[in-house]
Amino acid sequence: MKHYLSPLVLNLKPSGIRKFFDLASGMEGVISLGVGEPDFTTPWVMTESAIFSLEQGQTMYTSNAGLIELRRELSKYMARKQGLDYNPDNEILITVGASEAVDLAMRALLAPGDAILIPDPSYVAYAGCASMSGAEVHYVPLRAEHDFRLQVEDLQMAYTPNCKVLVLSFPNNPTGAIMTREDLLPIARFVSENDLLVISDEIYSDLTYQGNHTPFANLPLMRNRTIHVSGFSKAYAMTGWRIGYACGHPDIIGAMTRIHQYTIMCAPIMAQVAALEGLKSGDSPKKEMIREYDRRRRLMVHGFREMGLTCFEPLGAFYVFPDITVTGLRSEELAEQLLQEEKVAVVPGTAFGPGGEGHVRCSYAYSTEQISEALSRIKRFVQKRI
Amino acid sequence: MLSEEDRRLLHVLSQDCRLTPEELAIQTGLTPDYISKKIKQWENDKVILKYSPLINYDLLEEERVTALIDLKVMPQRGQGYDKIAQRFLKFPQIKSVYLVSGDYDLCLIIEGKNMHEIAQFVSDKLSPLDVIEATSTRFIMRRYKQDGVEFVGEEERPQRLMITP
Repeated sequence: MKHYLSPLVLNLKPSGIRKFFDLASGMEGVISLGVGEPDFTTPWVMTESAIFSLEQGQTMYTSNAGLIELRRELSKYMARKQGLDYNPDNEILITVGASEAVDLAMRALLAPGDAILIPDPSYVAYAGCASMSGAEVHYVPLRAEHDFRLQVEDLQMAYTPNCKVLVLSFPNNPTGAIMTREDLLPIARFVSENDLLVISDEIYSDLTYQGNHTPFANLPLMRNRTIHVSGFSKAYAMTGWRIGYACGHPDIIGAMTRIHQYTIMCAPIMAQVAALEGLKSGDSPKKEMIREYDRRRRLMVHGFREMGLTCFEPLGAFYVFPDITVTGLRSEELAEQLLQEEKVAVVPGTAFGPGGEGHVRCSYAYSTEQISEALSRIKRFVQKRI
Repeated sequence: MLSEEDRRLLHVLSQDCRLTPEELAIQTGLTPDYISKKIKQWENDKVILKYSPLINYDLLEEERVTALIDLKVMPQRGQGYDKIAQRFLKFPQIKSVYLVSGDYDLCLIIEGKNMHEIAQFVSDKLSPLDVIEATSTRFIMRRYKQDGVEFVGEEERPQRLMITP
């Protein structure tokens, strides 16, 4: 039946993670460092509020843009935590995970013939979503020698006049890199000079371990050029609830809402209720999780460095991205052999774009016992090869 | 006010107090030297009082019963609640003593071999005291969570997918 499929879909490659998932899932006794989600469960106050709302019969559609109470609370949160002012009536859209927000933004902005600049390596969905709009994908390398921070020179190299959108994703999955205000300023100038719009996926913004996160929309003249995308999955440990949001100029949020209205209608109400509770009940459960991640982050970076791998210090998200070239193996080979020999699952860097070659992504969203065991297995593996 | 560094150290220490200063250093980004000195200081200042494992006696074949005992007391002239509370501290059976708000004044946590032993202790040692007006004894039937640790249901925890983007 393949000849019935749209050429856009035929050209859509399966995520590089899929193959690995199948391989690892069939094995017993595997320690996985492969997940991109917290090992905590959602703070109970949030889960409990959703249960209560269901008991009360809150099982209806919400408005397309999401519960107004949630958008109002989000607007306050954006002002309080990110220093950004968004009107809850027309500048905030509640989505089914940040992933939907990325998809909507790309569909609202891109048409065949347009090009989009995507950092490489970065989250698996950007290139796939962009290609569904028929846009050309231009990868912009993130380099280890710059701690995987995006450089203007690399943007200039990848830029062509049909480029319309730049994707930013800091703190970054898979590298764990962050970008400070100083790092972002030249990027903002480049964006202005070339009349670009930015989809800034800041889903990990609450998970930083040094200094405060700078939202890209906060930089001079960037508010209206930026679609700020985020969600509750990571910082509130709510991956399965699928709840995210986008903030930006009313024209763009309005266009995204129109697509959302025809495809999704609205995000699930119980997830919206839980998210609302999370925003109202304050930051203390989040703080506890961040403290624990920070401890595991240090443990993992130390472990990799000790076994002789170069490993830059990730300051955001919950990933470590060690350089494995010293083993003489390519990312995929290493991940495959490590799984077969030592039963440790890591994700090859190339799953996040060609620029991930020479690295593997290891998540530290695991208990310290699991991390220590995985590290000692990886050490045994690496020592046979260096 | 605790510094961010000390908060980090206390967090790791409260997760696992068996870690050596070197191991703590890896997980906190502080130096082993600083950590040793800080812990010593906290011990001297009685900030850290004790290092003790959290034991689930339900899994051991050990007879052991815990009870919460609420006491209504009559403070004596010149002697506040503190003086009365002092009387209870020395009994080894009494594990905790709290001054509380509400219908009762003091709450004790008592451990004994069985219900009989605790009942005996209450009737022999507590009830006859002049200052005590009333007692209410509640036995703990099952422990679900203590000191932030869940005692049941952990094994039923749902699994994450092995690899996700």
